[in-house]
Amino acid sequence: MTARDDIDAVEADSVTPIRDDPSALRLMMRNRGVFWGGMLLAVMVMIALFGPLLTGDPIALNPIKRLKPPSGELFFGSDFLGRDIFARVVYGARISLVVGLAVAAISVAIGLFIGMIAGYIRILDGIIMRVMDGLMAIPAILLAIALISLSGATLTTVIIAITIPEIPRVVRLVRSVVLTVRDEPYVEAAIAAGSRLPLILHRHILPNTIAPLIVQATYICGSAMLTESILGFLGAGIPPEIPSWGNIMSEGRTYFQISPWIIFFPGIALAMTVLAVNVMGDGLRDTLDPRVARKM
Amino acid sequence: MLRYILIRILATIPVMVIVAAFVFLMLRLSPGDPASVIAGDYATAEDIARIREKLGLNEPILVQFVNWIGQLLRGDLGTSIFSNLPVTTLIGQRLEPTLLLTLTTILFTVIVAVPLGTLAAWKSGTLIDRFVMLFSVGGFSVPVFVLGYILIYVLAMTLKVLPVQGYRSPFEHGLGPFLWHMVLPTLTLSVIFIALIARMTRASVIEVLQEDYIRTARAKGQSEFTILLRHGLRNAAVPIVTVIGIGIALLIGGVVVTESVYNIPGLGRLVLDAVQSRDYPIIQGLILFFSFVYILINLLIDLSYPLFDPRIRY
Repeated sequence: MTARDDIDAVEADSVTPIRDDPSALRLMMRNRGVFWGGMLLAVMVMIALFGPLLTGDPIALNPIKRLKPPSGELFFGSDFLGRDIFARVVYGARISLVVGLAVAAISVAIGLFIGMIAGYIRILDGIIMRVMDGLMAIPAILLAIALISLSGATLTTVIIAITIPEIPRVVRLVRSVVLTVRDEPYVEAAIAAGSRLPLILHRHILPNTIAPLIVQATYICGSAMLTESILGFLGAGIPPEIPSWGNIMSEGRTYFQISPWIIFFPGIALAMTVLAVNVMGDGLRDTLDPRVARKM
Repeated sequence: MLRYILIRILATIPVMVIVAAFVFLMLRLSPGDPASVIAGDYATAEDIARIREKLGLNEPILVQFVNWIGQLLRGDLGTSIFSNLPVTTLIGQRLEPTLLLTLTTILFTVIVAVPLGTLAAWKSGTLIDRFVMLFSVGGFSVPVFVLGYILIYVLAMTLKVLPVQGYRSPFEHGLGPFLWHMVLPTLTLSVIFIALIARMTRASVIEVLQEDYIRTARAKGQSEFTILLRHGLRNAAVPIVTVIGIGIALLIGGVVVTESVYNIPGLGRLVLDAVQSRDYPIIQGLILFFSFVYILINLLIDLSYPLFDPRIRY
């Protein structure tokens, strides 16, 4: 969703920049979005870590209790095989968060590397950016569906398939930062002082990319979780025996008219998690001065 | 002017070639033998050989690529493995619902999102603005299909005011039934798009409203409505139109999901059926089709800037 970047670019204009403040973390937490988004996300992480230890078995079949509505015993009801939706939703938090974090981390790492090269090595810039333009023109969901259908559906292939379309956004962002920073006097001074390229990149360029990348990573995390659930829902994602939120909802489709809770509860859990990530991202963007990020 | 248009059109060619190369390499570089992946678990050796022959996988890779580009230039997107029909024919058969759904969605989105964003910008900092922003963040966070099911549950199953699923062609069944069945899919698909456009409209109108000529217009005693519309929105149009174009990518992904939720026999369903039957040429053809449409729409939008802002001249 590159459109987000353009919104950021315009919205960022009304933001007062904060630079090199020693209490940056405290300032960030003072932002309401960062605080509430972060709290909600922390709760989801706790649920993902410890929840499955407390609930029942998410894959235990109980044919006598098929398609039961929510009750005191089955908080979120049960599905067509009598499995406990509550236990499955709690377990699904693990999958969603793992996918979100993995996609964000990998795409930022790869994008950072390619973006630095594009921004600093002039000959490669044109080629790399045309390839990125091409990659961005391919609809992300279709690309992911094709990659997964070719290489077989596992957690790893799903993560890779969601990561690839996200990389160009990171590359564009990093490249734009590098292009603004490389002409700064302190970089010229470092060159004049005889610093080698790796040192310049590491000491002078890299630190400038961190703030916009943190913001970008939160958005990628949110959209990756959505894409994962869409792939699962379409039956093109993680193998159906793993209770991810998308898979639970996919299985609930047939029974939607009689048991809508099979789709609603994982849907609410997913929306809450993505909302938390997005609200946190907006807050971070307002706090971390993305002014550099807008020059794309 | 003409020169700029020509350069801009030529500039899309490398991007298209890269899309084609990427789609081409995706099949060849995927782990394992692509022919046996496509043939499935129960395929015989002959089946695999037949598919390999059909996809031209026996040739050297460079020959394959040149053949493939040659095919594309002739408007040939390949042939379906199972139905043996050209992919372009299959796309033609399924195009109507997808095209109409996309058009109703874009229309509805612009009608709702642009006034909403302008209102939020005008009342920026107030409760109305907060509400629009909240809706926008929410729109980005709810998966399309969950929204679809919520709408079906409330409007079709509980209130029974709209049909649950299905598609009626306006050419066979008339405009009434068509629109009747389009309301829910359009609403579903619009939400994320409205979130995007309303936010962009708000952001760019806020920026424009800080300009000196807005103060001048106020000083002249022009009505707030004229200021917002003629001075504000008009000058904020270019970024809004740009984001509509970029948002098409979002819309294409959403179409696949929405068609699946509402059982609409469009291109999205064609993709999913192709995935089920591992009919790779169809998947490949559709990716190319959608990417090229995306590139062309953004080219057109780029060229239309002077319509929205006469200061832009090529």
